Amino acid sequence: MVFANRLFPSPIDVAGHLWVLATTGKLLPDLGKTLTRAAIAFFVAMAAGTAIGIAFGRVRWADRLFSTWVVVGLNLPAIVVAIVLYIWLGLTEFALILAVIINKVPLVITTIREGVKSFSRDYDELGLAFRMPFLRRLRLIFIPQLMPFVLAAARTGLSLVWKIVLVFEVLGSDGGVGYRVSVFFQFFDITGILAYTVAFILVVLALEYGVMRPLERSVLKWRTDRN
Amino acid sequence: MADGPELKIDITEKRFNVLPVPLYESLHIEVPAGQVLALVGPSGIGKSSLLRLVAGIDTDYDGSITIAGTPAKDAPPPGFVFQDSRLLPWLTAIQNIEAVNPAISRDQARAMLARVGLDGFADAFPHQLSGGMQRRVALARAFSVNSRLLLLDEPFVSLDRHLVSGLQKVLLDLMANETPTAILVTHLPDDAALLADRAIVLDGRPARVVADISFESRRGARDSQELQRLTQLLSAYSEEKAL
Repeated sequence: MVFANRLFPSPIDVAGHLWVLATTGKLLPDLGKTLTRAAIAFFVAMAAGTAIGIAFGRVRWADRLFSTWVVVGLNLPAIVVAIVLYIWLGLTEFALILAVIINKVPLVITTIREGVKSFSRDYDELGLAFRMPFLRRLRLIFIPQLMPFVLAAARTGLSLVWKIVLVFEVLGSDGGVGYRVSVFFQFFDITGILAYTVAFILVVLALEYGVMRPLERSVLKWRTDRN
Repeated sequence: MADGPELKIDITEKRFNVLPVPLYESLHIEVPAGQVLALVGPSGIGKSSLLRLVAGIDTDYDGSITIAGTPAKDAPPPGFVFQDSRLLPWLTAIQNIEAVNPAISRDQARAMLARVGLDGFADAFPHQLSGGMQRRVALARAFSVNSRLLLLDEPFVSLDRHLVSGLQKVLLDLMANETPTAILVTHLPDDAALLADRAIVLDGRPARVVADISFESRRGARDSQELQRLTQLLSAYSEEKAL
C-alpha cells in the first residue's frame, strides 16, 4: 500500500492484531464490560423513557409542565453530564451508567411521546363500542400502535448508547473498549485502535442482524407486507 | 331465532360545547324488537352521534337510553359497523373478529367470514383486502359480537355502487336469518327504502323527528316499483326540509 506504515496498517495487519488481542489480550473482557454497561443503560433508559413518554403523550398538563426539561435534556452536552456525575459520585460504574441513562432518556421520551400523541382515537372508540377490557385494549390496540415508536427509539438509542459509553470510558473507567482505545491512543497504536473498532463494529452488526431486524420483522410484519 | 331487544331512546338534552344550541332536546324514539329503523337526515344533524349514545361510547347526556330495559352503557355490546371499516391493520381478518369477541371459536369466526362471502380470506391482513371486502369483515365482526342489536353507521359510504349492492344483499341475508333490532344511519333514502322496516327523518337544531314512516311491505321482498315509491317518499321529506 502507498501509505503502509505504522500509522496506516493494512487490513491484514488489523485482522491479525484483532486475533492476537482476542486470544491473548484483553479484547473479550473489554468488550464484555462495555456491552454490560451499554445493556444496563439501554434497558433502564428504554423502560424509564417509555413510561414517561406514554405519560407525557396522554396527560397534557404533565407534558406542558415538563416539556422544557425534556428539551434541556436533549440538548445538554453529554460530556458535561458525565463530568458532573464523575465529580459527584466518583469514577464508578454507577456514575458512568447513570450518565448514559440521563443522556438517552430524553430521546426516548420524545419519540414515545410523539408516538402516543399520534394514536388514532378511532381505535379507542372501537374498543369502547365493543366493550373491550383495559388489558385487551392495551394488548391489541395500544401496544401495536406504540411498537413502531419503541423500535425507532431503540434503534436510535442503541447507536447513541454505544458512542456515549465509549466516550465516558475514555473519560474515566478501569476497562472497556473506550478505556483500551484511550490507552492505545497514548502509544499511537493505530493498529490496536482499529482492531478494537472492528471488533466493536462486528458486535454492533451482530446485534443489528441477529436481534433488531428479526424483532422488527416479527413485530411489524403487517407493515412489511404492506410495503 | 328470537327477535333482537327493544330499544328506548329518551333524551332530555344532549349538548356539545362547540354548538350554541343543544344537539337534541326532548328526543324520543322507540324501536320495537326486531325492527330495522333507518335514521335519515342531512349531514351533521346528529345521526352518528345518536348511534354513539346508543352504543354507550358517549354517556354525556341528560335522559336515558335502554336496551331491553337495561341502560345502554350496561347492556351487552352492540354489533357496531362504523363509517369506515375500522379494522385493526396489524390483525388478520379472523383476528379482528376474535379481538372484539374472545369467546368465539376459530371455526365460528371462519364460518362468519364465509357468510359474508370471505371464505378463504381469514388470514388476510386488511391491506390485502379491497375496500368492499374490508366492509364485509366489519359486518362479520359486528354480527359475531351481537347479532341481536346492530348499529350501522353509514356502512356503504364511499363505496362504488356495485360494491354497495353486493354488501346490501349480504346484510339483508344476515338480517333475515338473525332478525336483529337495528338502527341504520344513512343520508341516502334508497338505502333506507331497501333495508329498513321504518324510517325516521331528522332535521333542525336541536334535531327533531320530522317524519316517522313505517313501511308496510316486507324488507327484502320489495320490488323495484315499491323501492322507488319509498325512495321518493323519503326524498320528498328531504326536499321539503331543504325548502
